[in-house]
Amino acid sequence: MAVYVQFLIDVLSLGSLYALMAFGLVIVYGILKLVNFAYGELIMVAGYSLFLLGGTPLPWLVMAAIAVLMAIGAGIATEYAAFRPVRSKSVTAVLITSFAFSTLLQNAALLFISPRARTVPLPDIFSDTVVLGGATIPLRNILTIVAAAIMLAIFSFIMKKTVLGLAMRAAATKFTMARMLGIPANLVITSAFALSGLLAGVVSLFWLGRIGSVVPGIGLEPLLVAFIATVIGGMRSLQGAVVGGFLLALIVTTFNYSLPPELLKFRDAFTFSLVILILLWRPDGLIKGPATGQRT
Amino acid sequence: MLEIEGIELRYGAVKAVRDVSLRMEQGELVTLLGANGAGKSSTLKSIAGVLKPARGTIRLDGQDISGLSPEQLVRRGVAMVPETRDVFPDLTVEENLQLGAFCRRRDTRGVAASRERMFDLFPLLAERTRQPAGTLSGGQQQQLVIARAMMSDPRLLLLDEPSLGLAPVIVDRIFEMIVELRQSGVTILLVEQNATKALKISDRSYVLSLGRVAASGTSDDIAARSDLKSIYLG
Repeated sequence: MAVYVQFLIDVLSLGSLYALMAFGLVIVYGILKLVNFAYGELIMVAGYSLFLLGGTPLPWLVMAAIAVLMAIGAGIATEYAAFRPVRSKSVTAVLITSFAFSTLLQNAALLFISPRARTVPLPDIFSDTVVLGGATIPLRNILTIVAAAIMLAIFSFIMKKTVLGLAMRAAATKFTMARMLGIPANLVITSAFALSGLLAGVVSLFWLGRIGSVVPGIGLEPLLVAFIATVIGGMRSLQGAVVGGFLLALIVTTFNYSLPPELLKFRDAFTFSLVILILLWRPDGLIKGPATGQRT
Repeated sequence: MLEIEGIELRYGAVKAVRDVSLRMEQGELVTLLGANGAGKSSTLKSIAGVLKPARGTIRLDGQDISGLSPEQLVRRGVAMVPETRDVFPDLTVEENLQLGAFCRRRDTRGVAASRERMFDLFPLLAERTRQPAGTLSGGQQQQLVIARAMMSDPRLLLLDEPSLGLAPVIVDRIFEMIVELRQSGVTILLVEQNATKALKISDRSYVLSLGRVAASGTSDDIAARSDLKSIYLG
């Protein structure tokens, strides 16, 4: 019993993080049909903001809020610096500028802070544990699940019930048509980057909660995870991103529990093999989403 | 109201429109005829701000609008219905209409009034407000995109081949709706392949051929011209 509870909580908490990250990636991809490769650095920005605020007497929640705001700011900055100037040119140009922006941010962290890991302040509640169904569970895992549920509920509300959300969904399928109805392209795109920054900021808090410190390359793994989750779930659908995130977490956690210790270091090889199998079976991902128009 | 002077439109190196000039007065229904590739749709796109002219000017009420973005043009009262019949497939009929009124969303009373008017004009849509637009039939989608464009309360409506690919009965219905819209005071520029029908309901016509105006005049005159076929084919 205890092991099942533990397994379930592990899958759900890891899946929550993966789902939120994938969501943040797809929200931009849906509209621009471009992967924002500087997405991982938004997590880094939030991490270093938290580290830099560590010496201040502010309560942790305030620090966390500032860190999330910094991630949102970095998201918007990505759009202004890497996407907007070359958006109408070519896909290749935008891919390269987004890589460049990512490298720039990483090197700024290397240069001005340190290549070595820096400990971030975390509240005590993150190291507490609770006993649930006989299993000892870190409380932060429960918090992750709750936070993700709240975030997904808020986002689902925004995307379904607000005019901005509708405009973003419309722009994600027929961008030019949306503009011909008076929906400003820049507003929709900037909002998508801001929301993606918000998601990255929140993910960052819990991601750091697991590992405790921030390094310049911290964004790579979340970016990769988010990318794989969206590919499995379907790049065109927000629900797909969430499903993909949880499915990837299920696969990873199952291997963690079931592989013998000597094979555990090959876990990623097993995971990716399974991902390849899923893609052979469903090349478009699990959830197709509405047919999209052309790239804009 | 609308004056186009000597525009040239290109897609990269390809010239879609070489030299087109046309004028429209307030309240007119004007059709743009011509064979495939004559430059009709491109001309409409340039008025809607989707395609920037390489040469020439487009003026709306005397002001040069050729550099404006599509979203700015909607605010100036230009609404475009593209031939691709672009409904937002995963949004409901209601939500599609709501986005049509995006630039005047704060005028809730005006938007509600337009919505009622559109439901009167297109009763089919009123029955399907909660249905995702992607599940509508072609004719219903065409009605939705026209209604959606009308939600911005435009002064100038650009219709690109509204009858394309629709069953004859539905085509008749669409043409009736265009006439009704016109009677409500909207100025309409209609691009059509169905020349006979379009000439019947419009005041004046322009025939484009290979990116130039090959003939223009009142629709009756154009319909009476015996050489219409040869102009059509250049």
